[in-house]
Amino acid sequence: MKANSLGSLSNIFVVLLLAGGVWLARIVARDRYWRENASQLWQRRPLALIALALFLLIGLLDSVGWVGGGTPGEDDVAALRSRTLIDRLFQPERFTEASYSAPLATHGFYGGQPLKHPGKHLLGTDILGRDVIYRAFKGVRVALLIGGFTSLIVIPIALVFGVFAGYFGKRIDDAVFFLMTVLASVPSLLLLIALVMVMGRGTLQVCVALGITGWVHFCRIARGETLKLREAEFVDAARALGVSDLTIIRRHVLPNIAHLIIITFALSFTGLVLAETILSYLGIGLDGSWGQMIDQARNELSRTPIIWWNLAGASVALFTLILAVNMIADALRDIIDPRTRREGQ
Amino acid sequence: MSAPLLSVENLVLTFPAENRRIAVVDKLSLTIARGETLALIGESGCGKSLTALAIMRLLPKPGRIEASSRIEFDGRNLLELSVPEMRTIRGGAIGMIFQEPMTSLNPVTSVGDQVLEAVWLHEKISRAAARARVVELLHMVGIPDPRARFSAYPHQLSGGLKQRVMIAMAMAMRPRLLIADEPTTALDATIRAQILALLRQLSSSTGTAVLLITHDFGVVNEIADRVAVMYAGMIVEEGTRRELLSHPRHPYAQGLLKSIPRPEARGNRLVEIKGVVPRPGRWPTGCRFAPRCPSAFDRCRAELPHRTTVSASQGAWCHLVEYEVHA
Amino acid sequence: MGAYLIRRLFYGLITVLGVLLLLFVLFFAVTDPDDIARKAMGERARPEVYALWKKNHGYDRPLLFNRAHAAGDTRRYTDTLLFDHYRRMLTFDFGNSDADDSPIARRLKEGMGPSLSLTVPLFAFGLVLGVLLALFVAFFRETYIDRAVLVLCMLTMSIAGLLYIISGQYLIGMLLKWFPISGFAFEPYLASRFLALPVLVGVVSGIGADVRLYRTIFVEESNRDYVRTARAKGCGEVRVMLAHVLRNALIPILSNVVITIPFLFTGALLLESFFGIPGLGSLTVEAIQGNDFSTLRTMVYLGALLFIAGQILTDISYALADPRVRLT
Repeated sequence: MKANSLGSLSNIFVVLLLAGGVWLARIVARDRYWRENASQLWQRRPLALIALALFLLIGLLDSVGWVGGGTPGEDDVAALRSRTLIDRLFQPERFTEASYSAPLATHGFYGGQPLKHPGKHLLGTDILGRDVIYRAFKGVRVALLIGGFTSLIVIPIALVFGVFAGYFGKRIDDAVFFLMTVLASVPSLLLLIALVMVMGRGTLQVCVALGITGWVHFCRIARGETLKLREAEFVDAARALGVSDLTIIRRHVLPNIAHLIIITFALSFTGLVLAETILSYLGIGLDGSWGQMIDQARNELSRTPIIWWNLAGASVALFTLILAVNMIADALRDIIDPRTRREGQ
Repeated sequence: MSAPLLSVENLVLTFPAENRRIAVVDKLSLTIARGETLALIGESGCGKSLTALAIMRLLPKPGRIEASSRIEFDGRNLLELSVPEMRTIRGGAIGMIFQEPMTSLNPVTSVGDQVLEAVWLHEKISRAAARARVVELLHMVGIPDPRARFSAYPHQLSGGLKQRVMIAMAMAMRPRLLIADEPTTALDATIRAQILALLRQLSSSTGTAVLLITHDFGVVNEIADRVAVMYAGMIVEEGTRRELLSHPRHPYAQGLLKSIPRPEARGNRLVEIKGVVPRPGRWPTGCRFAPRCPSAFDRCRAELPHRTTVSASQGAWCHLVEYEVHA
Repeated sequence: MGAYLIRRLFYGLITVLGVLLLLFVLFFAVTDPDDIARKAMGERARPEVYALWKKNHGYDRPLLFNRAHAAGDTRRYTDTLLFDHYRRMLTFDFGNSDADDSPIARRLKEGMGPSLSLTVPLFAFGLVLGVLLALFVAFFRETYIDRAVLVLCMLTMSIAGLLYIISGQYLIGMLLKWFPISGFAFEPYLASRFLALPVLVGVVSGIGADVRLYRTIFVEESNRDYVRTARAKGCGEVRVMLAHVLRNALIPILSNVVITIPFLFTGALLLESFFGIPGLGSLTVEAIQGNDFSTLRTMVYLGALLFIAGQILTDISYALADPRVRLT
C-alpha cells in the first residue's frame, strides 16, 4: 500500500471515527439506561478511562497526516511521505541518533560520542537511533487498529449472520452454525497464521485475518442471544401485532444484545492485540507495532551491559493499554450483567 | 405454662442500601411453645423468610441482625453462640426446609447420601447404621420403596417426593423445632395437602414444634395451632387458629380474611385492602398499616403500637384494639 | 448414551470434512502453487524444475475437475487436487515437507514426545493450581484476601505471554541461573531441568485468567439453594466448599477446560520456540519461517482434529460427570 493512500485512508478513518463518536454520544445522552451505565463506569474506573482516552488521543493524532511542510534540505523521498501530527511533534528526521543510547544519556551507548540531543531522549534510543518514546507512540495507532478497527468491521458482519441465524432458524441457522463450528475448530492462532501466510504480509491482510478469526466470537453471542430472545414474550406480542421481522430485529433484538456485544468487543480487543504480538515474533505481524518492538528488543537483554529501555518502553505501553481495557471491560460486565442477578434476590 | 421453646424479642434485621442500613424486620417478637405449630402469615416481601433465616443465623451476607435483638431457644441465646455451637444446632435441634424443592437439593449427589450427610454431621455412626437410619427416615416421610430410592438423584423424583426428602433431612436428628419456609407453595394442590398432612403427623408423633411460614390461609387452616400475622417487618396480631380465623382484631388481619374469595359471594366485587405494602426504608412513622387502615386516627400516625393483650392467647399491635380492650 | 455418542462422532466427522474444505480453499485455491515452487526452488530456476517440483509435491493437478479425462470417467473428479487432498488427509498420508523434502509423518512422530512432555505437566499443574487458588479465594470472598487476589489476577492477565517468556528467561535463566535458558534432552532427569522454566512460565502466564474464571464459578455455585440447604443441615463452610460447591462446579469447569486444549498446542508454539524444545510447536514455527506450506497445512489440520476430539471428549465427560445428563 502506498504511503500516501494509507495516509488519506487514515484521515478518512479519523473523520468516520469522530462522526461515530458524536453519534454514540448522542445515543448515550438520550437513553437513560446507557447514561446510567456510562456514569457508573466513570465512577468505578476513572483512571482506566482517562488512560484509554489518552491512548485514543495519541492514536488519532497519529492518524491525521499530510504531505509537505518538512525540513528544508532533506531528500525528495522523505519530502513526499505523508507525515502525521505525531511525526511532526517528534520530528524523527532530526531527533534520531546514530545508535543506542541510554535514557536521558548525553553520550552514545557504544563508543561514547556525544549525542545530537543530549538528555532529551527520555527512554533512550534503539539500534537505529530512533527515540523509544516516539516509537512507542507510533505503536498506539497500530494497536488500536488491530484491536478496535478490526472488530468494528467484523461486528456488523457477525451480527447479520448471527441474528439472522438465530431469528429465522432452520436452514440459515444450520448453515451459519456449521460455518461457525468449522472456523472455531481450528485453533485461532493456527488459523491466523495460515491466513497470513496465505494472503501475504501487510496491514490489510493481517487485519482481515484477525477479523476472520474473531468473527466467530461475535456471531456465536449474537446467535445465542437471538435464539433466547426469539422465545421471549414481547417478541411474540410484536409478531402478533403484525410487526415485520426486520423491524422486530431492529427494535427488539438488537438493543437487547447490544450490551453483550460491547462486553465481547472489549474482551476481544485485548486478545487481538496480544495475538499480534505473537505474529510479530513469528515475523508476520504489523510494522511499527509494539510486538515488533518487543521482538526486536528481546535479544538486547543478553548484552552486557544490558539494554533494557526498548523492551521496557514497548512493554509498559502494551501493558497499560491492555490493563486499561481489561479493567473497563470488567467493570462494564459488572455494571451491565448483575442487574439481572440482583433483581432475583 | 412452661417456658416457650423459641422466643424472639425485638428482632431487627438490616440491609445496606445506598449509604445507610435499612431495617427489613423491625421489632418483631414471637414465641413458639414446645410441640406447637405456629403459622407465620404475611404478604410477599414482609420479611417472613428473612426472619426464619435469622433464627438459624443464615441471613445472607450483607444482612445483619442488630444487637438489640434477642433469640432464645431452649433457654440459650442463639445470638451469643459461637459458630461451631450454632452448627450443632442447625440440623440438630432446629431443622429447616425451604420453598423450592427443585433447586434445594444437590443435583449431583443421591438423595440417600444427602440425608445421610444430615445424620453424619451430628452423629458419627458407622456407614451401615447411618444407611439404615436413612432408609427408616425415608420411610417415615412416606417415600415408597425407600431402599431403592436411596440411590436416586433429585432430578429423578417428583416435586412432592423431593419435598419429602427435604423433610427427612430436616427431621433426621429429631429436632425440637422445624422451620418450614413456604414448603408447599411450589407444589400442586393435591400434593400440598399430602405434605401438610405429613407435617402434622410428624409433629404430633415426634413432639416437634413447627414454625410454618406461608401466605396462604388455607394452609393455616390445615395445620396451625397458633397464627401470627406479619406486616411490614413486624407481627401485628397473634392468637390461636380459631381466634384469628373467626374474630381477628387487627384491621389488617380483618382485611385479609375479608378478602378471601368465597364461592357464596360469587358475582360480587372482590374485597381488597386499598393501597400497597410500603417497602422497607419507606415505612411511615407510627403504625405501618395506618395509611391503609380504615380505622386509623391521629395517634396511629404518630406512635408505633405496643402489644395489647386481648385474651390469654390473643394479642394485637393496634391502638384501636388497645382502646377497645381498655374501654 | 450410545446414540448420543454416535451422533456426536458423526457431527465431528462432518466438521472435519468442513475444516479440510477450508484448508483446501486456503492452501490450494488462494495460494498459487507456482509461488510455492518458486519459494522452494528459488526465483531463477528453469520452468522444468518448477514443473518437476510441483509434480513431486502433488501440486501439478487441476483443482476441481480434470478435463484431461472423458466425461463419464470417475478420474475426472478423482485425479484432482481436491480429491487428493481429502484422501491423503483422511488417511493421514501427509507427504513431504515443502521446504526440505523430509517426510512429515516422521517429524510428527519425533516431535510428539517433547511436546507432550511440556504440555501435559503444564496443563496438569495449571489446572490444579488454578482450582486450588480459586477455591481458597472463593472461600474468602468479599474479604481483603479476595480483593487483593483479584487485583493481582487482573494485573497478571494484562501482561503479554511473550513478555512472561522473555522476562522469565532473563530473570530466572540468566540472572538467577536456577534453570537452563533453553534446550532439551530425552533423558528424564535432564529433561525435567530443561522443562522446569517453560512449565513455570506457562503456568504463571495463564493462572490469572484461570483463577478469575474458576472463582466466578465457585462463587456462583455457593449462592445456590442447595448450598443453603447444606448449611441448614449444619455443614461448615469448608465442607460446603469441598463436598458441595466443588463437585458441582467441576461441571462448568470441565467444559472450559476443553478451550485450553488447543491453546496447549499453540501456546506451546511460543514456549517450544523460545525454549528450544524440539516439539510440534517448534515444527510449526519452522514451517512458518520457511514458507513450508505442506507442513503448515498438516499442523493446522492436526490442530483442528485435536480440538474437535477434545470437544467430543468434553461432551462425554460432561455426560459422565453430571447425573442429570447421564441418566436421561
